[in-house]
Amino acid sequence: MSSRQLITDAQNTWCPGCGNFSIQHALKDVFTELEADGISLSKFVLVTGIGCHAKIADYFNINSFYAIHGRTIPVATGIKIANPNLKVICCTGDGDAYAEGLDHLIFGAKRNIDITVIVHNNRVYGLTTGQYTPTSPMGFKGRSTPAGTQEYPLNPLEMMLSSGASFVARAYSRNMPFLKKIMKEAILHKGFSFIDILQICATYFDVHDIYDRYVYELEDYDRNLYWEALKRAREWDYNSVSRIPLGIFFQKRDMTFDGHFLQKKISHIERLERIKEILEEHS
Amino acid sequence: MPKSPRIENVDVILALNQDTVNLHKNKVRQGGTIIYDSNYVKEVITNGIGIPLLTILKEENAPPITRNSGIVGAFSKAVGIEWNVLERVIARDIPRGTEVNLKIAKRGFDAAKPMIKLDPLNKQGFPFLTGNEAIALGLIRGGLATYIAYPMTPSSSILHFMAEVATQFGLKVIHPENEIAVMLMALGCAAAGDRVAVGTSGGGFCLMTEGLSLAGMAEVPVVIIIGQRTGPSTGLPTYTGQTEFDFVRHAGQGEFPRFIVAPGDAEEALYWAGVALNIAWKFQIPAFVLTDKTLSEGGFSFDYNLVNEIKDEGFVSWDRNLPYNRYQLTEDGVSPFAVIPDEEAIIKFNSYYHDECGISTEEAKTVAAMQEKFIRKGALLEKELANYNPVNVFGDEHSRDAIFCWGSNKGVCIEVGDLLGLKVIQPVVLWPFPTDQCKKAFLGGRRIICVENNVNSQVATLAIQLGCPIDKNINKYDGRPFTVEELEQRLKEVLR
Repeated sequence: MSSRQLITDAQNTWCPGCGNFSIQHALKDVFTELEADGISLSKFVLVTGIGCHAKIADYFNINSFYAIHGRTIPVATGIKIANPNLKVICCTGDGDAYAEGLDHLIFGAKRNIDITVIVHNNRVYGLTTGQYTPTSPMGFKGRSTPAGTQEYPLNPLEMMLSSGASFVARAYSRNMPFLKKIMKEAILHKGFSFIDILQICATYFDVHDIYDRYVYELEDYDRNLYWEALKRAREWDYNSVSRIPLGIFFQKRDMTFDGHFLQKKISHIERLERIKEILEEHS
Repeated sequence: MPKSPRIENVDVILALNQDTVNLHKNKVRQGGTIIYDSNYVKEVITNGIGIPLLTILKEENAPPITRNSGIVGAFSKAVGIEWNVLERVIARDIPRGTEVNLKIAKRGFDAAKPMIKLDPLNKQGFPFLTGNEAIALGLIRGGLATYIAYPMTPSSSILHFMAEVATQFGLKVIHPENEIAVMLMALGCAAAGDRVAVGTSGGGFCLMTEGLSLAGMAEVPVVIIIGQRTGPSTGLPTYTGQTEFDFVRHAGQGEFPRFIVAPGDAEEALYWAGVALNIAWKFQIPAFVLTDKTLSEGGFSFDYNLVNEIKDEGFVSWDRNLPYNRYQLTEDGVSPFAVIPDEEAIIKFNSYYHDECGISTEEAKTVAAMQEKFIRKGALLEKELANYNPVNVFGDEHSRDAIFCWGSNKGVCIEVGDLLGLKVIQPVVLWPFPTDQCKKAFLGGRRIICVENNVNSQVATLAIQLGCPIDKNINKYDGRPFTVEELEQRLKEVLR
């Protein structure tokens, strides 16, 4: 049991069968476990973008910054830099992270800022009623592409690996225990941790039968090997029908961006003295 | 009071090549001179000082860059700066290759002849700062914790200065992937309690506007420095302009309170940058410091002891009555600010319309209540102006005609105002517009002439809308600041 009611009274407006419910429940259990392990709930900050996923900011009774589309990662980065003791978690959508805010995702990984990025990847825009996203398969018929898309999807795992992410994982919203385990490891990872969650959109892109058939968990797998991770990440290209590995593909320890900013605060009087010194140098 | 305006004509030209002579020789005042490298400048200049710098460099086996020191040496001799003064300056400011630069400077010094005699100051000199250095120091004085920026002329030197002094002041200085990230990172920092500022120019600010609107909605304090240059688009990147007032005033979707200050020189920049930081936090709003290339990269000197004091004034804090509501509806529109983490508070920032605790809502009553909260906060901000001196008045108080100007035109307007016996009215705060203070300054005026570096007389238009009548406008929009001579001429034409 957690010390506080983790879910707010806000009315939940996700569609019945939405994959967001299981992500929310998994995250709730992770919060409870981490609190039991000694991390105060007040240290968590949830940052969300805009999209169906983002409503999770309203639903969790946790510090949050319900930001704007595509911009979860810079907000989270700022929070972490201001206070490296906080546990900052971005819940973001595939439109958010892979389209509108792709630059920030790549740079977050490149800097190895110690935050966790959870992508609710349902491969469709749900909130704006069914347009294709960067991970929709070729030929996807959405409301902006009635004849089918004419572009291949991105492979976010491959992209994250090549951008320098220090924790790269994939999970599936219909496999709760596994999802929970990966989320917890991601949050505890020191550095930029990234999880692409294959999430069901019950209304606009319900491919659970395909996922159910093709997903498998990585076993007897060494997550320290970059090239092996890249190979496994390429096993499924988000387009063809093939086996879909789930798990932690890659993890490494490295210096973190927020670690550079542990500067000593100075008093107002010290500040004034140093300003005077600078002015004297300029005289 | 030092004013630093530009003038049309000069006393001395230092020419390292023929182009410099061709471009500028007509600007030399009667009794002035051209000091030139006679190895490069082929014509013989009457009353000029030719120094064979290339020959000297060859004799001393010195690198080409030291020609600069050579001509500075010659200049010092010409205007009566003593060798030991120049020696001290070179030793201090050229840490690499000091010896060879001193040697070449001395050769230049010895080869020139005295022309003008400058009397040395027999008192402690004032600091010499660029507008950008003053802004940076002002922010630091106001308790800045973090500065975030993507390089863009003419604001980049704030970033460079901050990075340089970061360790000294315990500052965090960050240069992210683009201006979108700059603004959003700043909002993240502020949410976790860091007093933060960002800096850019018009083009970069275009990318910041969605974040600006978020700052307005989520009530996140942030200071935004805008260094204006000649637009639209890339325009003239390294020239000046005053075209972003309208942009800054209206930027971002929706309606929310904001603060805009436009200092006129480095002294004002130092003071008002700190005020902007305090106002941002006191009201939990975005606060702008509007500068331009002329102020940002121009050099100024002033008496620091005369700059009004300022310190980190903090924010309205929570009285710890549970539960904490990030957007508590209060009489004056300002909600108490709690900093994450707080063991007793759940702190929720939100870009959507939200209830008092920060959860999204579409309910009509709450939406209107939150808008009205902004209105109350805006009204309080307007009242706050009375605690400062938002409008400066210079020159002849009794003159019936007055110059109305803002930002970096302050210096040139004061100087020309003195020449023509005019009053000069300079609003420093531009938003909320100090209407009452301007009206008071306008009293008894026959004609008010507004001087701006833009086409549309942006501040004059607003002043007129708010009941401060402007009679004539003088505009300049070629990227150059007004010179004293030019402004004097144009004012005479208007006042004829």
